[in-house]
Amino acid sequence: MAPPDARLEEPHTTDAFVPDLYRVEAVRRELSDTVTLELAPISGTRPAYAPGQFNMLYAFGVGEIAISISGNHESGNRFIHTVRDVGAVSGAICRSAPGDVLGLRGPFGVGWPVAAAEGSDVMFVAGGLGLAPLRPAILEVLENRARYDRVAILFGTRNPADMLFRHQLESWRQRLDIEVEVTVDHADPDWHGHVGVVPGLIPHVMFDPAETVAFVCGPEVMMRFTATALTAAGVASERIHLSMERNMKCAIGICGHCQFGPDFVCKDGPVMRYDRIAEILALREI
Amino acid sequence: MDDRQAPPHRAVITVEGVGQLLAELATRGHRVLGPTARDGAIVYDDIGAVSDMPQGWTDRQDAGRYKLERRDDDALFGYAVGPQSWKKFLHPPMETIWRSRRTESGLAIDAPIAVSEKFAFIGVRACELHAIAIQDRVFLEGPYVDKAYGVRRQDAFIVATNCAVAGGTCFCVSMGTGPKAQSGFDLALTEIIEDDRHVFLVEVGSDAGADVLAHIEHQPAARMDVIAADTIIAHTAANMGREMETTGLKELLQGNLTHEQWEKVADRCLSCGNCTMVCPTCFCTTVEDHSDLAGLNAERVKEWDSCFTQDFSYIHGGSVRKSTSSRYRQWMTHKLASWIDQFGTSGCVGCGRCVTWCPVGIDITAEAAAIRAAPQKSSVVADARA
Amino acid sequence: MHGLDVTLEEHPFFAGFSPDQNRIVSGCARNHKFDAGHYLFREGDPANEFFLIRHGRVALEIVSPGQAPVVIATLGKGEIVGASWLVPPYRWMFDARAVELTRAIGIDAACLRGKCDADAQLGYEMMKRFLPVLVKRLNATRLQLLDVYGKR
Repeated sequence: MAPPDARLEEPHTTDAFVPDLYRVEAVRRELSDTVTLELAPISGTRPAYAPGQFNMLYAFGVGEIAISISGNHESGNRFIHTVRDVGAVSGAICRSAPGDVLGLRGPFGVGWPVAAAEGSDVMFVAGGLGLAPLRPAILEVLENRARYDRVAILFGTRNPADMLFRHQLESWRQRLDIEVEVTVDHADPDWHGHVGVVPGLIPHVMFDPAETVAFVCGPEVMMRFTATALTAAGVASERIHLSMERNMKCAIGICGHCQFGPDFVCKDGPVMRYDRIAEILALREI
Repeated sequence: MDDRQAPPHRAVITVEGVGQLLAELATRGHRVLGPTARDGAIVYDDIGAVSDMPQGWTDRQDAGRYKLERRDDDALFGYAVGPQSWKKFLHPPMETIWRSRRTESGLAIDAPIAVSEKFAFIGVRACELHAIAIQDRVFLEGPYVDKAYGVRRQDAFIVATNCAVAGGTCFCVSMGTGPKAQSGFDLALTEIIEDDRHVFLVEVGSDAGADVLAHIEHQPAARMDVIAADTIIAHTAANMGREMETTGLKELLQGNLTHEQWEKVADRCLSCGNCTMVCPTCFCTTVEDHSDLAGLNAERVKEWDSCFTQDFSYIHGGSVRKSTSSRYRQWMTHKLASWIDQFGTSGCVGCGRCVTWCPVGIDITAEAAAIRAAPQKSSVVADARA
Repeated sequence: MHGLDVTLEEHPFFAGFSPDQNRIVSGCARNHKFDAGHYLFREGDPANEFFLIRHGRVALEIVSPGQAPVVIATLGKGEIVGASWLVPPYRWMFDARAVELTRAIGIDAACLRGKCDADAQLGYEMMKRFLPVLVKRLNATRLQLLDVYGKR
């Protein structure tokens, strides 16, 4: 007996599992272990995407990992991904050279509510490589600067030498219509910026907390501290958005790996509202 | 005016009729699968005739215990469910999802065309019908569809069996999933064994079922046949081996995520994953990438995975769920609570397999009862309400 | 001294102080200006004054022999510098260096300790302001310890 409402009108392949082929068009080394790749589809045009979404990148014979999109529409028919070498698959992807071919599925997931934040103050809080998934949202807000009230970018990183997108941060900082604050965990006296953790910057730039929407991305501990600091500063938890990370295999909500309480990070996230996850976020080993 | 007779809603067939049913389904190109006794258990496998079926066998089940025993009659379906479910056919343990090869221009990926084996399942229990319906929701009703599953599912012909015995670990009555098959079948059988006869009441669940029934010998069902079947099913319902209180269970578990019971069960749990393998609704999979030694060909294989492994929750740096207590909590709260958030239904059908096949006899109904007996409320929730 | 009263009230640390309490604390206060590179205090010196930054930035540093100083934290406008004046033996544990031109209010520690001892209500108000700052810094330091951006 057939299942009710089976949606099988399309060709009978498992195509949600099958990657499209993308050629590596450019590789830029960001840090000793981090590169940014520009990927163009071998045929056709790349699908549209929203800031905060991710793709599954496949290195031939090695495996597949979820990587956030770190570029914006100015990249034309290309996907921009910033990848850190932390394992077999990310290492293989980081070692790819222009001309190499990677598999790509996506984009997947729920991104940053950039449009919904129009009319508000926007605070981006990034930690380390967490700046990469925020970058498309920052670029979109800056492109439509007039639609937002005050905008701040708070960035925490390990030390001045390991600073992702340093030139971009410097160019953003030159603008008069956004506030950019960078803090590092460790520095020598040559560093004239902030030393300390990124939540500590929040009181320095807090605008009207009732009008602020915060987009937060970084290691989970950093996001927990940041969300707490934002709440303490008066930002309502439903106006705080975090980009979560869990193990992902299928990216389409049917392999079960990325469960985070009742949610699947791949399809209910990765960007999730703090008020909806605060209880779960505080639990160990969830 | 259509002068064909409307298909009978109910009919009666004999044991020979069951044999004809198997033959008819095979003639129609189905791969006929049903219960057979092998390696000391009831397993679902290819069957060609009634003689392949576990006639005259029953099972004795309890937490961590399973044993086949002889019956004193020749019942075809005189046992409860074995370790396997129909999941192994519809959602196979291993499936190559695509192959890739190096080419002059870089890389090519070949997706296999999903081919249906046109399964016919014989002896599907009410709990298993629900389990199939639950997996349908997971694989076919989300934003993305597992098309290979859909193809296999669409062509499957389902002959259900209303349970005449309740297993020692059964609790379908608690879960509202049995013992009577209500929907989701093409034909449903109730085995009636009386002093002088051995017949099956057949209920028709679909046009395809009616068409198949029309091609095998059958008699109209008498009122006494229907009453006999209802009595058997009522007897099964009254003899469940286990029960589980489901009222407010979701909120209970989600409000007790730091309950000490998770540590207690972890003292016994071996993290072996048996419960997830035998569960007819557990759907989690991982993928393995293989390549040949020359590095020219690779394939990606989807395999059953278990939330009881360390690797399951691995993110860069380590496993999120390192402790056994967190993994047991993930499994049980997913099954009984967050499944409802995700798919609008409990993930448990009360088949009792996880209880029977747990090597240390952990009983999900007892675990739920332990938390219900002494709810502690997770501190986080309590704080939020304070 | 009137000018300093006003400045004290404007500093968030003293928000909610009564005019009387403000006047008492003002009696222990004076204004400072530190040029970039100048030190507010150095490790081992007596902690006889603490600072409220009005603007500028101060780096807390610690030095190991043969190595460049390590900046542990920077503090800016509206923040306080120095806690060692609260606990015996009243000696600084770090160097505090002005990263840029920094204006601050300095509060004489012996003077304030004496007034707090004499006026328990004032002492309690001071503690209520100091303790959250210290706990916040401790928490931040713990997060910093985790080295969350490093490879695990």
